Amino acid sequence: MFLQQFVNALALGSVYALFALGFTLIFGVLEVITLAHGAVFMIGAFAGLTVVTKFNVSPITAILVGMMVSGMLGWLIDLVAVRPLRKRKFHHLAPMIATIGCATIIINVAQGIFGAEVYRFPFDFMPAMSYNFWAIQLTLLQIIIVGVALSLMMMIIFLLNRTKWGKAVRAVAESPRTAALLGIPVERVFQITAFAASALGGAAGVLTGINFNAIHAFMGGPIMHRGIAVIILGGMGDIRGAVLGGLILGFAEIMSVAYLSSDFRDAISFGLLFVILLIRPAGIFGSNLERKG
Amino acid sequence: MILELKEVYVNYNHIQALQGISLNVGEGEIVALIGANGAGKSTALNAISGLLKTTSGKITYAGQDITGHSPQAIVRGGIIQVPEGRAILTTLKVRENLEMGAFTRKNNRMKEEMDDIFTRFPVLRAKAELPAGNLSGGEQQMLALGRALMAKPKLLLMDEPSMGLSPILVREIFHIITEINKQGTSILLVEQNAQMALEISGRGYVLETGRIALEDSSANLLHNEKVIHAYLGG
Ligand SMILES: Nc1ncnc2c1ncn2[C@@H]1O[C@H](COP(=O)(O)OP(=O)(O)OP(=O)(O)O)[C@@H](O)[C@H]1O
Ligand SMILES: [Mg+2]
Repeated sequence: MFLQQFVNALALGSVYALFALGFTLIFGVLEVITLAHGAVFMIGAFAGLTVVTKFNVSPITAILVGMMVSGMLGWLIDLVAVRPLRKRKFHHLAPMIATIGCATIIINVAQGIFGAEVYRFPFDFMPAMSYNFWAIQLTLLQIIIVGVALSLMMMIIFLLNRTKWGKAVRAVAESPRTAALLGIPVERVFQITAFAASALGGAAGVLTGINFNAIHAFMGGPIMHRGIAVIILGGMGDIRGAVLGGLILGFAEIMSVAYLSSDFRDAISFGLLFVILLIRPAGIFGSNLERKG
Repeated sequence: MILELKEVYVNYNHIQALQGISLNVGEGEIVALIGANGAGKSTALNAISGLLKTTSGKITYAGQDITGHSPQAIVRGGIIQVPEGRAILTTLKVRENLEMGAFTRKNNRMKEEMDDIFTRFPVLRAKAELPAGNLSGGEQQMLALGRALMAKPKLLLMDEPSMGLSPILVREIFHIITEINKQGTSILLVEQNAQMALEISGRGYVLETGRIALEDSSANLLHNEKVIHAYLGG
């Protein structure tokens, strides 16, 4: 029973982690809290759903399409809403409000196209296979969710630590000015980051759509709140913090539903976050360092 | 001339930080740019590096007009700045800082080149895998220099390399700067430590509130009454 809940929590938590990873990446590099990340997530889910219903593609293809579409949307949001403010050296708040505007427009457009109803994947989309390991039953769905989310996160961490452009992203995150003095094309790094981080949001969207088999124009709202909580919990802009924070939240939610009451699911999990923040106000991995220049 | 500034003006909103400065650096020279706090020395280097826009005037590098070029284009052309305060990337490893120094270059010889840097600065080899934030001030200056060398600069802009270092370290850094110069890199050296800067340079400029007040050979400047009085503590 506990092991079974453990698997459920891992599935939920790894999707939160994936969402939060993109969110924190944009904050760490572009210094913007992008409140459009939930809308980007939702569009990813619809993109995945659309290719599945129209072309009957596999789950992995649906995820890749969701990532591409969300990535391009994130890049576009950066281009039209964030970049002009960045050029004029507005910080933090103005771009954040611009992303609220983007989120509103995106949600309205989605509502215009898809209406307010809840969509589902075709019933034969995900074979109801399951595998038994010791006492746990893993469904194919759970294996895909955890496998995709964890591999995407590991891939991002690998890219950031081992590749030239990944290191350039970290350099810009620490100081755009120093990065520029080293000849790093800072603007391009911002754009690459916006694309990659939004693609992660899109993957999280498709995975969530598959997990709960429910896709609708407002599905980005609840996960936005969780994403904000998770990156504050993990330490703003910290990659490890986002991953660990997402997993903690997933576990808190599943365990409180399983062992306490589903009525208090959010109260309990957010209460836990609150307690952690009382102990570590800057988050688990947070430092209070301000970025230079 | 490898670098030539003609009548360069730079503003920060309402402050006119540079009011028409003209200076040049010849191929293979070390040129000192000295001046008091707030004279505009860093502003001049940042204008050359493309971080600041000039309001008028012209910057020429190796015969080409580079006024208004992007920082990346300028680095790619071979002008590297070691900024004031060194600007080490503290969250990246020492080795990664060096790698980022070579960002604009095709790096198929990265390993050998990094080995050369480690030979020149043995302290960096020992700490190569540590976050650069762990380095002391002197080690950070070595890293900043090593990182600049990874770009194979033709012209090195150094902004107050002596800042915050002990006299022994200052001497060591200045010795390294002359060695780098002997190997063919031209250097524009900004310093508040005018004595040291004028000792290793061939020519010098004195900057006062955004204007060039004096220019001469460094030997002459070291004996100039005004310079002795204002900058050499005489
Ligand atoms: N970012 C900025 N915004 C507004 N004014 C600035 C800025 N940076 C420098 N200034 C002003 O421009 C003038 C020149 O500054 P600059 O930093 O170039 O001097 P400096 O010669 O390098 O001084 P120091 O020896 O202290 O480094 C000063 O009056 C300074 O106050
Ligand atoms: Mg200065």
